[in-house]
Amino acid sequence: MKGLKLSRVLTYVGAVLMALWILVPIWLIAVSAFSTRQGIFDFPKALLPNPFSADTMSFFLGATNVLPSAGRSVVVALITIVISTLIGAPAGYALARFNFRGRDVFRLAIVSTRAFPIVILSIPIAVAYLQLGINDNVFSLALMHCALALPFTILVTSSVFAGVPKDLEEAAETLGCSPLQAFMRVVLPLALPGLAAATLFTFVLSWNEVFASVILTSRNRTLPALLVAQLDESPLNYKYAGGFFLLAPSMVFMLFIRKYLFTLWGRVSR
Amino acid sequence: MAEIQLDHIIKTYGKARATNDVSLTIKDKEFMVLLGPSGCGKTTLLRAIAGLEAIDSGTVTIGGRDVTNVPPRFRDIAMVFQSYAVFPHLTVWDNIAFGLRMKKLPDAEVKKRVENSAEMLRITDYLKRFPAQLSGGQRQRVAVARALAMPSGVLLMDEPLSNLDALLRLDMRAELKKLLRDAGATTVYVTHDQVEALSLGDRIAVMKQGVILQCDSPLRVYDHPVDKFVGGFIGNPPMNFLRAEGLASIGLIAPPGYDLVGIRAENLDSFTSPMSGALEASILVVEPLGSHNLITAKVGDELIKVNTRAELMPEPGSKLWLKPMPDKVRWFK
Repeated sequence: MKGLKLSRVLTYVGAVLMALWILVPIWLIAVSAFSTRQGIFDFPKALLPNPFSADTMSFFLGATNVLPSAGRSVVVALITIVISTLIGAPAGYALARFNFRGRDVFRLAIVSTRAFPIVILSIPIAVAYLQLGINDNVFSLALMHCALALPFTILVTSSVFAGVPKDLEEAAETLGCSPLQAFMRVVLPLALPGLAAATLFTFVLSWNEVFASVILTSRNRTLPALLVAQLDESPLNYKYAGGFFLLAPSMVFMLFIRKYLFTLWGRVSR
Repeated sequence: MAEIQLDHIIKTYGKARATNDVSLTIKDKEFMVLLGPSGCGKTTLLRAIAGLEAIDSGTVTIGGRDVTNVPPRFRDIAMVFQSYAVFPHLTVWDNIAFGLRMKKLPDAEVKKRVENSAEMLRITDYLKRFPAQLSGGQRQRVAVARALAMPSGVLLMDEPLSNLDALLRLDMRAELKKLLRDAGATTVYVTHDQVEALSLGDRIAVMKQGVILQCDSPLRVYDHPVDKFVGGFIGNPPMNFLRAEGLASIGLIAPPGYDLVGIRAENLDSFTSPMSGALEASILVVEPLGSHNLITAKVGDELIKVNTRAELMPEPGSKLWLKPMPDKVRWFK
């Protein structure tokens, strides 16, 4: 009885420590982003910014290039979503429904592209982009982001489609639907929440992506690339505000899609 | 006219033949039951009729039309799935109306058919609800209502009662029998429950390992099973099988070539004192089942099950004399 209790306690302690590990930096960034210029240097820090000030954020947003970069980040993310969904969703459906030769190899290949370190790829890709003349361009960056996002899109959508019973499609076919009609009228409505989650995840992925963005853009930077490039020169409050601005959409979206995050690790969840 | 003709249907999964050259004729408006244990090929055959399973060879003909290469939506069928397959994102009303709307029937007719069907299955009160708000039994009714609302001549049912609890299953069986009789469609019904098969079918096709062993009326399948498997599968308790030489002592001689005798538990007269022409058996277990007793006994080294009247309560270990009714004795190889 005592042994059981001890392991329980340790589990909770571990969980709390992990949560703090993540949450403390986030809290630090959030508080600093809404403190006054002087308030950032306060030590020890109050739990809530005192006084609450929008100075830092507005300073950040007003700085040169920040809003255009943010805009570019949004555009890149949107293009990434469209392309990766158009390619990824049908692939996910095929993986879920059809038993084709090489299916498991295909699935393994998709997962292993993510295991490939992007650091190694970066120089060759940058060179290729420069040679093709598509460097420093939101569309070509979106293409790169697609390559990064596609494995997730395919796996998540395949999980979502697998979660819709095949029976329902077959019933629809016996009731007069062609396979496409069965998909549109029965599978899609049921898969929509999961697909929306995959879309949001792709957005977060693209919005936060910094490495490829830094390498592949110079003048038309996305927001993460901009912040990284200015890391040496920017003042502390600028960094905090930037960090918060990058963090905020991700946190919000993750709240909505947390249920579907399990599918990323292979578990089908409803 | 919705006669179904299956000719030499072969369907293979990997190395195994799910249906091994199966041929069957189902008459117009007939209620055909496909009965057999798991893996015998009955569901594969049903899905071949529906068009959900592409067959390797053979032909499927419905109403005189060769539909072997025709997709399900053009076969004029209605199907009830074992899992019900009721659409969770639609109301009961929309579920039942689904197929009718796909056929582009006028709204007035759709309304009439949906309400008619719902009334037949007694789910009129649930028409506005979603499947998630219904119990399993109610969802099953929705599935049946959806199939019956369709103006098709063929009804296919894949173990529709197997997910219901025992009492509900009993009620639904009787209800289904009356409903389907009134509907007048050619029905193909898959089940592994032999009681369901006996109760519902005009004819039963008993299947094993991809082959139809016997296709006959329930009475004939029960009384004259074609082999040991059919005799042992149909009836509760299963038919008793004894070595033929054991019965020579009471004057029952096997025809040449047959070495096994089959006799059902209810076709043995039992006596508590020695009787000529009866086999001596020692009682192992007495199960009082209310309307009768089920006695498990040993004849020589073979087990035998006997139904006796409820008042006969012998002690385990005591002897019983069993006389098979001569016209109910069956011979097998």
